[in-house]
Amino acid sequence: MRRATLPSVQPAAPPLDVDRLRRDFPILSSRAAGKPLVYLDSAASTQKPAPVIEAMNAFYREGYSNIHRGLYALSLEATEAYEEVRGKVQRFINARESREVVFVRGTTEAINLVAGTLARQRLESGDEILVSTLEHHSNIVPWQRICEEKGGVLRVAPIDDKGEVRLEAFEQALGPRTRLVAIAHVSNALGTVNPVAEMVRMAHRRGIPVLVDGAQAAPHLQLDVQALDCDFYAFSGHKVYGPTGVGVLYGKASLLEAMPPYQSGGEMIRSVSFERTSYKEIPYRFEAGTPDIVGVIGLGAALDYLGTIGLECIAAHESELLSHAAEALASVPGVRVVGQAGRKAGVLSFVVEGAHPHDVGTILDREGIAIRGGHHCAQPLMERLGLPATARASFGLYNSHAEVDRLVDGVRKVREIFGSCPS
Amino acid sequence: MSELMDLYQEVILDHTRRPRNFGSLDSATHRAEGDNPLCGDKVSVALELDGDVVRDIRFQGKGCAISTASASMMTELLKGQKAALLATAFRQFQDLVTGQAIEPPDDLGKLVAFAGVAAFPVRVKCATLAWHTAKAALENSQQPITTE
Repeated sequence: MRRATLPSVQPAAPPLDVDRLRRDFPILSSRAAGKPLVYLDSAASTQKPAPVIEAMNAFYREGYSNIHRGLYALSLEATEAYEEVRGKVQRFINARESREVVFVRGTTEAINLVAGTLARQRLESGDEILVSTLEHHSNIVPWQRICEEKGGVLRVAPIDDKGEVRLEAFEQALGPRTRLVAIAHVSNALGTVNPVAEMVRMAHRRGIPVLVDGAQAAPHLQLDVQALDCDFYAFSGHKVYGPTGVGVLYGKASLLEAMPPYQSGGEMIRSVSFERTSYKEIPYRFEAGTPDIVGVIGLGAALDYLGTIGLECIAAHESELLSHAAEALASVPGVRVVGQAGRKAGVLSFVVEGAHPHDVGTILDREGIAIRGGHHCAQPLMERLGLPATARASFGLYNSHAEVDRLVDGVRKVREIFGSCPS
Repeated sequence: MSELMDLYQEVILDHTRRPRNFGSLDSATHRAEGDNPLCGDKVSVALELDGDVVRDIRFQGKGCAISTASASMMTELLKGQKAALLATAFRQFQDLVTGQAIEPPDDLGKLVAFAGVAAFPVRVKCATLAWHTAKAALENSQQPITTE
C-alpha cells in the first residue's frame, strides 16, 4: 500500500544528485540577462528533461500515426504506445483501473469536464458546490458558471491567517444541499498542502463526491487516489515535466460510467445514425476527436523519468529547499513570507516591504532569476490575505541551494534599490 | 544594473513612496477606473474640470512602483492645465515608454524620467495604466478600462 501523501521531511530518502539531474534539462544550461538562468517558476510550468523531448521527437520521426482506427501496423503500434501511457498514469496515481484515466488537455479541462457532466446532471436550484478560499481560478470559475446555469450556490470553506483550510470550518461548510466538493491538493499561490484525505472522509460521510485539483501536487507528492479515496483527481502534464496540451482526469469508474459525454464527435462513439448515436465505454466516451497523441507519449516519458528518480526523493529535496529558502528570505529585512501552513510543497510566496511584486520580478529578471509576481490566478485568496499580489518562487527537482542563495541575493538587491521605506 | 537604475530613477521612487494627489475627490466631474489583470494593479482617476481647465485631479489604487509613480506624476502635470494637454502628453508619454519617440517630449516635464521603461516592454502597461484611465474619464467612458 502506498502512502497518500508524504510527510514534509523524509530523512530516509537519499539526497538527489541535483548537478547530474540538471544536465538532463537542456534549458538549464542557458543564460538569462548574461547570467546562468535560475528558473524558479516551476509552479507555472516545469522545464522538460531530454528524455521527454527525445521521446516526442522520436515518436514523430518513427512511430506517428493516428490511433484507435488504423488497420495498419503503424497505427496499431501508435495506439499501443498511447494506451501504454494510460497504464503509466494509472500506476503514477495508483488508480484501481486504467479505464479510470481520461486524457484531457490539462487540469482546467478536467475540471470543466466534471462541471459540464456530473455537476450539470446533478445540480438543482438551491444546491451547493463547495470550494475553498485557496482555489486557483480554474477551480472556481467552472463551478460558478454551472451554479449560474442551474441556480446553484457556490460556497467557500474559509482559510485561517496561516493559509490553511481548517477542517472544522470545512466540515461546517458541508450542508444538506452540498452536491460536490472541489478542493486543491496543494495551493498554487501559497504551497499549502490540504488534508485532502480527511476532507474526502468528511464529505463521503454525507454522500458528497470530491474532486481534487492536483495540478500543484502531482509534481511534489507521491499520489495514491485510492488511499485519498477522492472521486476525481485532476492534473496537468506540463507541471510534471511533460509537455503542454495534455493532462489527466482520474474518476472512479462507477461515477464516470454514469456521466454523460463531455464533448462529442469522432473517437467517442460506438455507432452513429441520424436518428441515434451510442457512445463508447469509459474512458473513450470522454475523449472526443483525435487526442494530443504525441503529448500523451511525452507525458509517459515524463512519468518514466520521475519514476527513475522517485517522488519520495524529489519531495524530500524540495522540502529541504523550501525550508532553506523560507529561512534565508525571512532573514532579509523587510521580507515577509506569505502563507505559514504547517505543510507546504514547492511554493514560496513572499512580499518585500516598499516594493511591489512586479518590481521584485523585474529586478530579479535582470539577475537572471525567473519568478512569478502577481495574483497567481487566485484573486479571491489575495483579497482574503489583503494583498494585491505576491512574489512567488517555486521549486522543481532541478533547483539547487546555490540558486536559492542567488534568489536571496537578488531580493537584497531589491531592498537596495527601493531602500528603506519612509512611509 | 544600469538599466534598472534607469528604470527606478530617484524621482520615480520618490513618487512611489510619497504619491502626490492621492485620494478621493468629492468635487469630481469626471472619473474612471482602470486595471491591469496581469498583475492586479488597480487605479481610479477623478478630475474636476472648470470649463476646459483641470482644476483638480486625484488618483487612488494599488500598484507597482512604475504605475504609482506614473499616476502621481501625471496628476502633477495635468493639475491646473488645460484638459487638452492630456491627449498630447499621453501621446508623447507612450512614445517615450515604448522607445519610439516621434515628437520631442516637450510637454512631459520631469516625466521624461520614464524613458527607462522602454528597456522593459512588459512594464509599458504599468506605466500607461493611469493615462488610459484619465483619458477614459475625460471621455466619460462608462466601461472600466483595462490594459488587456
